[in-house]
Amino acid sequence: MFEIFGIPSQALFGQLLLGLINGSFYALLSLGLAVIFGMLHIINFAHGAQYMMGAFAAYLMLQYLGIGYWQALVLAPILIGATGIVVERLFLQHLRTLDPLYGLLLTFGLALMIEGVFRNTYGSSGLPYQVPDALRGGRNLGFMFLPNYRAWVIVLSLAVCLATWFAIERTRLGSYLRAATENPVLVRAFGINVPRMVTLTYGFGVGLAALAGVMAAPIYNVSPQMGSDLIIVVFAVVVIGGMGSILGAILTGFALGIIEGLTKVFFPEASNTVIFVIMAVVLLIRPAGLFGRHA
Amino acid sequence: MIDRVLDQPALRLQRETSWSLVAAFGAMVALLVVAPFAIYPVFLMQALCFALFACAFNLLIGYVGLISFGHALFFGWASYLTAHAAKVWTLPPALAVLVGTVTAAVLGLVAGGLAIRRQGIYFAMITLALAQMMYFFALRAKFTGGEDGIQGVPRGRLFGFFDLSHEMTMYVFVLVVVLAGFLLIYRIINSPFGEVLKAIRENEPRAISLGYKTERYKLVAFVLSATLAGLAGSMKSLVFQLASLTDVHWTMSGDVVLMTLLGGLGTIFGPVVGAFLVIAMQNYLAPFGQWVLVIQGAIFVSCVLAFRRGIVGELASRMRIRL
Amino acid sequence: MAETHDLLTVNQLNAWYGESHVLHGVTFAVRPGEVVTLLGRNGVGKTTTLKAIMGIIEKRSGSVEFEGKELIRLPSDAIARSGIAFCPEERGIFATLDVKENLLLPRQVRAGGLDLDGIFALFPNLRERLGSQGTKLSGGEQQMLAIARILRTGARLLLLDEPTEGLAPVIMQQIGRTIGALKAEGFTILLVEQNFRFAATVADRYYVMEHGRIVDQFSAAELDANTRKLHEYLGV
Repeated sequence: MFEIFGIPSQALFGQLLLGLINGSFYALLSLGLAVIFGMLHIINFAHGAQYMMGAFAAYLMLQYLGIGYWQALVLAPILIGATGIVVERLFLQHLRTLDPLYGLLLTFGLALMIEGVFRNTYGSSGLPYQVPDALRGGRNLGFMFLPNYRAWVIVLSLAVCLATWFAIERTRLGSYLRAATENPVLVRAFGINVPRMVTLTYGFGVGLAALAGVMAAPIYNVSPQMGSDLIIVVFAVVVIGGMGSILGAILTGFALGIIEGLTKVFFPEASNTVIFVIMAVVLLIRPAGLFGRHA
Repeated sequence: MIDRVLDQPALRLQRETSWSLVAAFGAMVALLVVAPFAIYPVFLMQALCFALFACAFNLLIGYVGLISFGHALFFGWASYLTAHAAKVWTLPPALAVLVGTVTAAVLGLVAGGLAIRRQGIYFAMITLALAQMMYFFALRAKFTGGEDGIQGVPRGRLFGFFDLSHEMTMYVFVLVVVLAGFLLIYRIINSPFGEVLKAIRENEPRAISLGYKTERYKLVAFVLSATLAGLAGSMKSLVFQLASLTDVHWTMSGDVVLMTLLGGLGTIFGPVVGAFLVIAMQNYLAPFGQWVLVIQGAIFVSCVLAFRRGIVGELASRMRIRL
Repeated sequence: MAETHDLLTVNQLNAWYGESHVLHGVTFAVRPGEVVTLLGRNGVGKTTTLKAIMGIIEKRSGSVEFEGKELIRLPSDAIARSGIAFCPEERGIFATLDVKENLLLPRQVRAGGLDLDGIFALFPNLRERLGSQGTKLSGGEQQMLAIARILRTGARLLLLDEPTEGLAPVIMQQIGRTIGALKAEGFTILLVEQNFRFAATVADRYYVMEHGRIVDQFSAAELDANTRKLHEYLGV
């Protein structure tokens, strides 16, 4: 154990780890938002609620079906992603020709509905979800104690983010996506079923949110409002990063998580608001966002 | 966005006040004068405050085309400052309201200065984030009373003369202020300034090419909207003699969006109708807890899908009048 | 008047941009293996006709028959899959894709499309530029790319919208030769051109459009006899 700037290393690295964890969720969620925004040109206000549904799916699957964490990690995103597909087909596709603000209003309404239903059924307090057996405990690294589950969360988020980035930027399927983001009309005239691609993209983005939810379940309590406060911070992350690039969203998410963690060590009162403050600063000096393409 | 809502000839710009507006205004005033004899005055006052709040919000979305998801910032902080001024600084009600309103104006200037830099959905997200930041601030700050809020706010005597603890006296005060605010908004919309705003909303690049400093106009509109929202919040804190965290929470911002959407974006009377309906619904459904949230969400969804003009907008369109 | 061996028959095609009625009963036909050109001034509806055939303009009525199949109700991806390919006026090279991805983007709709080697045989300079970002190419190279990518699809009817616009004469000639080569391969091409001297080097037949209608037609052989009329139509 040693000290840095008068802070014991345990505390510093502990907070840094927490910051990385938060950053993992910021990255995953802003990635999902960016992917959805690129294809549908709407801000998915329901993203937080879908994240919450992922966590609840894991909880309910364990409670009632005995389905554990590892299967939930795969099943919940598929399940909740499927609800996303239904939402796109039922509602969002009709908004395609309208101003994107209508998409924002509609997804906001959906978020209210989803949160309301869950709050009615489960109240406001958090429900517990156990860390899976294989990931219990941790190891002492000397300068800090590293819980296994938290290490796993960071590794998995990084892996998922990078895999998504790779899929979009380096594969054939990704090229269809990128092209459709740029000029959907022409892509359709090349024989590609763009509406179906849009639907699946939304489903994928929602699935990403749900995956984050499953990962979050053992760390934070599973509660109906876990999504709404988080999503507002993610919006700030997205404004800071700009929605021009997938990599930008990922980097910004992790970076801001770390900054938030560091703030908690050195200026704890400001930790809730530091991301918003950074957003204000970025707006002043670089309105398009750090990686943004257009103002 | 609003172009599609307001694409009927009946709602195009008119300098002269049309008969339908005068008639509707007359009807509204008459109803409001008579109402407290039949309906619980506190409910009416609450609805009136929110009507002003929604009208202020509508100024921004309906006539400038900017959707703010953080208007609770102005409403709530004005509410806090007025409550504090009346209770701790023991200022008389008129001054306390002034303090709150000025606070909102200043906050509007700062927030607007930041948010105006981006358009559309970014603007919405920025306003939301800024409001959330101030929510956290309210959560922690001593003077807001945290979870408890500022309670027992004295209503005082207006101009040293009218005892506002009498419900009817308070009601008249609220009614006069809200109507004044309403007329002020109408005046703003139908002024040269308002015409420029509409021009900016319809085709900003063109307005710029004509030499208008559009950023400045948008900022002024934003500050006006924030100030009036603050006025509404100040009045509300005197009505309920309470300022609390709910006033600065994002659900409050969402509520005012809902009221305006339901009533009719870009219409004059829409926000008033929407406010009354939503407040009535919230009060009526209070025992059903979280179902209010679900129903509000459902209203959002239905309005966007099928009912974009809102109640008043739909009515105005069918009857081919201006409302 | 449709003949049973026409590849493409367009009958009373009407189209609207929003409220604006832009095509008024366009009627013409294209036979297999032909190069047909739509001529006309700016704004008469030539590009609109191509877009309406391709289903890119959604508000349309009338009849568009391709190989006996009615296309008027179909969305554009289904029309593409029927065997028609479209090369837009602005070329539509995707900036977020590299050249190779641009090339491979359009779906293969039929067997018999050119493979990459075949494409490089026609457009050798594309081979070196495969890794470049699509929009980093010169205007002429982008046009080559735009034509090249639709050759992969196997579509036998190609709609080319002003392929020589803004290009140097040398490149124009190259494109002319390419179109000639494609014709020799059996492709059918519907070409929109303002530059009728270029069109004259490749076309078998011409239709002249004015105000959203076909107002005249003649074959390549009749071109010289009609030059004066053409000058009037085109306002040259």
